[in-house]
Amino acid sequence: MHEQEVTLVVRGGSVVGPDGLTRADVAVGGGRVVGLADSIDPPKGATVLDAGGCLVGPGLVDLHTHLRQPGREEAETIETGARAAALGGYTAVVAMPNTEPPIDSAGVVREILDLADGCAAEVAVSGAITLGRAGRALAPMGELAALGVTLFTDDGAGVQDGALMRRALDYAKGLGVTLAQHCEDSCLADGGAMHEGEWSSRLGIPGMPAAAEEAMVARDIALVRLTGAPVHFLHLSTAGSVDLVRLAKAEGLAVTAEAAPHHMLLTHAQVAGYDPVFKVNPPLRTDEDVAAVVAGLCDGTIDAVATDHAPHAPEAKDVPFDQAPPGMLGLQTALPIAWEVLSPRLGPERVFALMSAQPAAIARLTATDPRPSGHSAQGGPVERGAAANLCVFDPAATTLVEPGRLASRSRNTPYAGRTFQGAVRHTVLRGEPVVIDAVAQR
Amino acid sequence: MARWVERARVVNAGDGWHEHPTQALLDCFTVRQVLAERKGAAPEELGIACFEGLRVLIVGDVRHSRVARSQVLAYSALGARVTLASPGSLLPPSLEGWPVEVAADFDEALNDADVVSLLRLQAERGSGSFVPSLREYTAGWGLTARRVARLRDDAIVTHPGPMVRGVEIASDVADLPRTVVTQQVANGVAVRMAILFLLLGGELPGVAEVPAVA
Repeated sequence: MHEQEVTLVVRGGSVVGPDGLTRADVAVGGGRVVGLADSIDPPKGATVLDAGGCLVGPGLVDLHTHLRQPGREEAETIETGARAAALGGYTAVVAMPNTEPPIDSAGVVREILDLADGCAAEVAVSGAITLGRAGRALAPMGELAALGVTLFTDDGAGVQDGALMRRALDYAKGLGVTLAQHCEDSCLADGGAMHEGEWSSRLGIPGMPAAAEEAMVARDIALVRLTGAPVHFLHLSTAGSVDLVRLAKAEGLAVTAEAAPHHMLLTHAQVAGYDPVFKVNPPLRTDEDVAAVVAGLCDGTIDAVATDHAPHAPEAKDVPFDQAPPGMLGLQTALPIAWEVLSPRLGPERVFALMSAQPAAIARLTATDPRPSGHSAQGGPVERGAAANLCVFDPAATTLVEPGRLASRSRNTPYAGRTFQGAVRHTVLRGEPVVIDAVAQR
Repeated sequence: MARWVERARVVNAGDGWHEHPTQALLDCFTVRQVLAERKGAAPEELGIACFEGLRVLIVGDVRHSRVARSQVLAYSALGARVTLASPGSLLPPSLEGWPVEVAADFDEALNDADVVSLLRLQAERGSGSFVPSLREYTAGWGLTARRVARLRDDAIVTHPGPMVRGVEIASDVADLPRTVVTQQVANGVAVRMAILFLLLGGELPGVAEVPAVA
């Protein structure tokens, strides 16, 4: 077998492996990593990406992206969302099914896969658990699984009916898929617009108690015990939820969990000015909850950082707090925030594992999973022969969040004007540089 | 809102469940007026000293009440001691940071209140479902003639209106001299005129100019 021609060399960085950093240049050809060495001389014509002082990790994988297409193209499209993802260091995102129409039929899955072709990041499609996300009848999970859908969720809402959720878990067994739950008992949440507690009481905004999330986490843990089918918990936000998942894992149950960057950083006190940019679901909670989420990420209770990137057009979002839709942008700020919050406590390999290998495993996008045609293995590791999906991160640089300069069609970032330590410098997708020096190439 | 509008003075005329500061101001104004009248003094002679240690009991649907939130801040800022009396389901979920006590027993709390501020059960905000029935609410938390008998002779009853006679306040209690609702309504006009006058740049002797929001 002849040597693959080297078309790209990432020079001067430290490769983030499962066990730590290795100073190495990375040679890429044919969409794959073809060599790792102290110093690689790029052949004539090859693209060279300077990674001096940078970490060269596997491309990030987001388990939780709202791309809004089809249906809400004024807020985001697959193209703009994928570009935002690439700029954030992501090489794959899982598109959430709460589109219009929702992703509950083969036709919508095919449309999204078509639209995602050639975009700056791979788009894995998740499907709805129930038809129309209405919580009444099962969506055609088998049909969608045959198209490569591996994650099912009614995200935006939880499956309220426990018997239906149990049936979905039983049905999913053998399909090679995972059900993911947006944990919220809608009766307990009762139209709340923020976390119920000190600030909701003071501001007179209807609140949703932590118990609304925890009640469904507890129910679904019981259903995992009953059915044996795995459940992934989306965007855990309360200390009680983290404790429940920790106990379930200690029991050996097949549960995984994710947390969003905003739940690692922001609290309900942010809502004091009634700015709807801080409205999100699950809501921003207390300092104790933030500390518990971070502790859960550090001790392995929470497996992944997931953005819950939720674009909303200004005309929809800039309205009175209780009328605004929940959600905030996340793709372009996730890694700098995770770095700032987690790297003082976790090595870079652990931070990358939470954002790449572990979410890729949950969504079944790794080298050992069957991938749809045109898609590549995600989640690393960065080694010879692996798909060349890379995130080059400069921990010495900073990220200044300027809403008007984000790639998303929407502007609803809660971090406007903030500066975070670290910045994504380059992103490589299947061997092609899709971001060079923080500029999107697609 | 004032943050986003340059050089604007914004009057909160009551927002959602949050605040209703002009109502709280007129309530305080009315209470002082009544206290001054009894002493045969002019209200301004009393300053704010008349509120020091005054026992204010706020009764009813505090959870959904913008009036209660502003009253708590206004009365406590003036030195009064504020107590809330409400069924648990109509209290705010958290009272952290609120300068209030919660009455263990509503009837007991009536015994030594100087001001009883009643709140309307806000059926339009779904408060109805927070109690089993209006009948049960009235039985437990309504200011009935029997409960009024517990009040000290000089205790004042206020209500921001509109009153629901027969629910939070018995009809004959609403018409007692100690119930100063019509005085509140009249003062509402004066207090709001004063607020507009001052915020529009008017000057009063002894009143500092209201700073514009930067």
